[in-house]
Amino acid sequence: MVAEQSGEIVKVAGPLVIARGLPDPRMYDLVRVGPSRLMGEIIELRGENASVQVYEETGGLGPGDPVFPTGGALSVELGPGLIESVYDGVQRPLDLIRESEGNFITRGVEMPGLDRAREWEFVPVAAEGDQVEEGDILGTVQETPVVEHRLMVPPGLGGRVESISGGTHRVTDTVAVISTERGDVEVGMFQSWPVRRARPYRDKRSPRRQLVTGQRVIDTLFPLAMGGTACIPGPFGSGKTVVQHAIAKWANADIILFIGCGERGNEMTDVLLEFPELIDPYSGEPLTKRTVLIANTSNMPVAAREASVYTGVTIAEYYRDMGYNVALQADSTSRWAEALREISGRLEEMPGEEGYPAYLGTRLAAFYERAGYATCLGSDKRTGSITVVGSVSPPGGDLSEPVTQATLRVVKVFWGLEDRLAFRRHFPAINWLISYSQYLEEIEKRWSEDINDDFKQMRSEAMSVLQREAELEEIVRLIGVEALSPGERLVMETAKSVREDFLQQNAFDEIDAYSSLRKQYLLLKLVMTFGLEARKALEEGADILEIIRHPLRERIASAKYVREDDLEELEALTGEVVRAMKQVAEGVPGREAVVPDSAAKKERERVEKIFETY
Amino acid sequence: MAIKEYLTVREIVGPLLLVEEVEGAKYGELVEVQFPDGSIGMGNVLEVSTDKVLVQSFEDTRGLSIGSTRIRFKGRAMELPVSRDILGRVFDGLGNPIDGGPEIIPDRRLDINGNPINPYARDYPSDFIQTGVSAIDGLNPLVRGQKLPVFSASGLPHSRLAAQVARQSAVLGREEEFSVVFGAMGITFEEADYFINEFRKTAAIERSVLFMNLANDPAMERIATPRMALTAAEYLAFDLDMHVLVILTDMTYYCEALREVSAARKEVPGRRGYPGYLYTDLATLYERAGRIKGAKGSITQIPILTMPEDDKTHPIPDLTGYITEGQIILSRELHRRAVYPPIDVLPSLSRLKEKGIGEGKTREDHSNLSNQLFSAYARGKEAKELAVILGESALTEEDKQFARFSEEFEEQFIKQGEFENRTIDFTLALGWDLLKLLPRQELKRVKQDQIERYMKQSEE
Repeated sequence: MVAEQSGEIVKVAGPLVIARGLPDPRMYDLVRVGPSRLMGEIIELRGENASVQVYEETGGLGPGDPVFPTGGALSVELGPGLIESVYDGVQRPLDLIRESEGNFITRGVEMPGLDRAREWEFVPVAAEGDQVEEGDILGTVQETPVVEHRLMVPPGLGGRVESISGGTHRVTDTVAVISTERGDVEVGMFQSWPVRRARPYRDKRSPRRQLVTGQRVIDTLFPLAMGGTACIPGPFGSGKTVVQHAIAKWANADIILFIGCGERGNEMTDVLLEFPELIDPYSGEPLTKRTVLIANTSNMPVAAREASVYTGVTIAEYYRDMGYNVALQADSTSRWAEALREISGRLEEMPGEEGYPAYLGTRLAAFYERAGYATCLGSDKRTGSITVVGSVSPPGGDLSEPVTQATLRVVKVFWGLEDRLAFRRHFPAINWLISYSQYLEEIEKRWSEDINDDFKQMRSEAMSVLQREAELEEIVRLIGVEALSPGERLVMETAKSVREDFLQQNAFDEIDAYSSLRKQYLLLKLVMTFGLEARKALEEGADILEIIRHPLRERIASAKYVREDDLEELEALTGEVVRAMKQVAEGVPGREAVVPDSAAKKERERVEKIFETY
Repeated sequence: MAIKEYLTVREIVGPLLLVEEVEGAKYGELVEVQFPDGSIGMGNVLEVSTDKVLVQSFEDTRGLSIGSTRIRFKGRAMELPVSRDILGRVFDGLGNPIDGGPEIIPDRRLDINGNPINPYARDYPSDFIQTGVSAIDGLNPLVRGQKLPVFSASGLPHSRLAAQVARQSAVLGREEEFSVVFGAMGITFEEADYFINEFRKTAAIERSVLFMNLANDPAMERIATPRMALTAAEYLAFDLDMHVLVILTDMTYYCEALREVSAARKEVPGRRGYPGYLYTDLATLYERAGRIKGAKGSITQIPILTMPEDDKTHPIPDLTGYITEGQIILSRELHRRAVYPPIDVLPSLSRLKEKGIGEGKTREDHSNLSNQLFSAYARGKEAKELAVILGESALTEEDKQFARFSEEFEEQFIKQGEFENRTIDFTLALGWDLLKLLPRQELKRVKQDQIERYMKQSEE
């Protein structure tokens, strides 16, 4: 009898339930709570009392209600059918729940993560009699038109393939039998894996390849590597989610895993409705064909929010093990940290900073460490990666708060969003002065091979122009723009052009939403060439106002709307800029060059330094 | 099941009662608290263990005693009886009629905590609501199914604005069943009276449901009030297919009530003493807005909150802004200059704007025009700030034009009458008219053909 083995509730406080009398409870075991068998997880043991965090609303539970052990940890099902799914934080399919339960999420729904009825065409790669080790690919299933699902020998298993059967199977079917030292083992279409344990790999390497997101400020200024980690902190309204969505849409990863962790329901709806319509620029198929969504919105139970990031990263690891590059996005990790805080508070733990538990930093670091570029298990030594991009929602936009600080200690890329930029409708509102990327050096090396030798150069010059602008702005604010020398005004104008014509990018414009790396290079080259050539013209005595008001500048401004197919237009325009600035310079023959006073001379030297490398 | 009565209250701390030797109580259960004088209040179970139950009283605990307080567990969560007859009625913060009318004969009794909408079942909000207020319609439009809060501060006319929006809201080109649910938490009698009178005057009261928890009503009741209002809204929207506008005012008092309970429970506080779960708690309210695929009705929310010390980074506006789809911010400076409505359009934001406007919804130039107005106004304001420091003479000719634009923009576009209901076409034409103050070549965010078409039009 099940009843004999079950424990009973002794206390209910919000999402936390304390149970007594569970047979041999272990930390992080999954249990079923109450008559409607709500999912929960043991997070603390004291004597015979076990504290359970419950993934569903606990209203109506009371002392004496039964708690059933399941004997296992919280696990996800890994197999064909994950792609295109929409899960809640504990891998219950929300689309199927809607079919069976209606528009509102009710409690105690038990539903497997993988569709049991769906049939898949399994094509064996291994043959009978083959010697296989853990991670070796047994065969493949075409999961979607873009994703070839590779069924692997589960970790810890190895031996001789006794039998393997291709053809149509359901996920519960056995597809192969492997004889091991411990006897024959049946291998099915899916494996279960506990979410809190990282899946094994052969070894990790430093990330090298760039994850191209199609976002100019990210790819050119603060690039991210495949297998790297990044965070996007910013106050509300600064556009975190738009950036996250843009990356999910346009990143050159094989698989996208999007975790909506404690955020708005309508945002998930946006993804759900928009992704099937959008075409992946790399494969030509709808974006959903490579995407797994986890939606645990802010009004869904808080404990499941805590679990959602682990559910997500475990699925990501599974696809990495197949040799894919996975981009995982968590929006927002602050909500996850708040879930930790809430549970910790209920456990009456001694709080660290701002009520967050003392282990906040450790947990965050452990989560981000599951990212990486790795050689996978399996004798073919294939490689795969997980790139993690987490948004952070600091209260009041104050970056000194614990979650942001703990995150900054572990991530390598920081895209700092600012509401000041958002108010000016400068999007993406990533502040170029505070953001950084520690992958820059590695990635720049690749640029000279893949794009052009001077990409790196131009990037650093664009950065110094922006830096100069920030300094000059101080002066303008104090004494007005008239106080600047013509050279300084040109720096301001060039910086403005970098900001408006290069960095600003409209995520809602059909063409502008995505820029290939090549387009980014050409666009930056165009903008910087204007700065350089204008500088030369200025030196030859041209009037600064004539340069600033040159009609070509309008064409520079609309250059970002050039289609990917017509990129030679950008090169042509760059040529025109060179010619036009020459004409401006020649249009004023005989006029004496502006005699620089000492301050302006100093400035001029500085600006020249910036440009002289061209 | 017979309802057991307990006389075993052991502690009374603030709004909390500790009851011992209780059997079979459930978490979240509704509780009746009988005062020594015989009056009855309501409460709910906050925490339950084998023989102890922590009860939160919605009634002021004044007059309770350890010895003679009777506690009855109702065996169900707090519910709201609903039927079509709730329209036109006024209830207290716990759902009891206070307008002298009869009790509601319920069609259904609904748990006021509701259930989260399955994200998969949601439909994206995309129907533009014409509020007749230019600063909202033109720049930060409200969309059906959106939650768009008003961040106000003491002394600002948020109530008048909310009443105006409730009065004038309409979706273009459609006649549909429309209703207003009003949840008042901790506001004064005068404010509440203003709303009731407003609704009466325009006969809007016939299609409204009002839940009133006033400043002198028990503070703890406020925790239930917005849930009552939203439950009524869900019933009207998804059972009766109505489009519902929910106005919740003032969320600041609601949060303060939460803080009071949290403090009484000696919980570890988050920022400024507010509980760490404030975000989650607010989300369970705000996320009850939206549309559902296949459902005719919808819930649009306008929560109003007053920012303590006009501070946007205070936890209440801050966490609200993280949950809601934008915000309308009122400005004391504009109010001082007698601009009504004093909407500070630059930091205001409607996140659903792009989906709700444009061709087929409002007009194809709407998005570009609003971006142009935004940036021109921002530039004008910057120029004016500069003029304050350096004097007007330091401005370039262009800057002067922008400065003048920003003044006219505030005076004509933002400012309007409390009873002035502007159509979207009027609002857009006004915007184009104002852009004439600026040099053509500076209008970079609108397209050339739009200038030709609409600026000409407004000249005729």
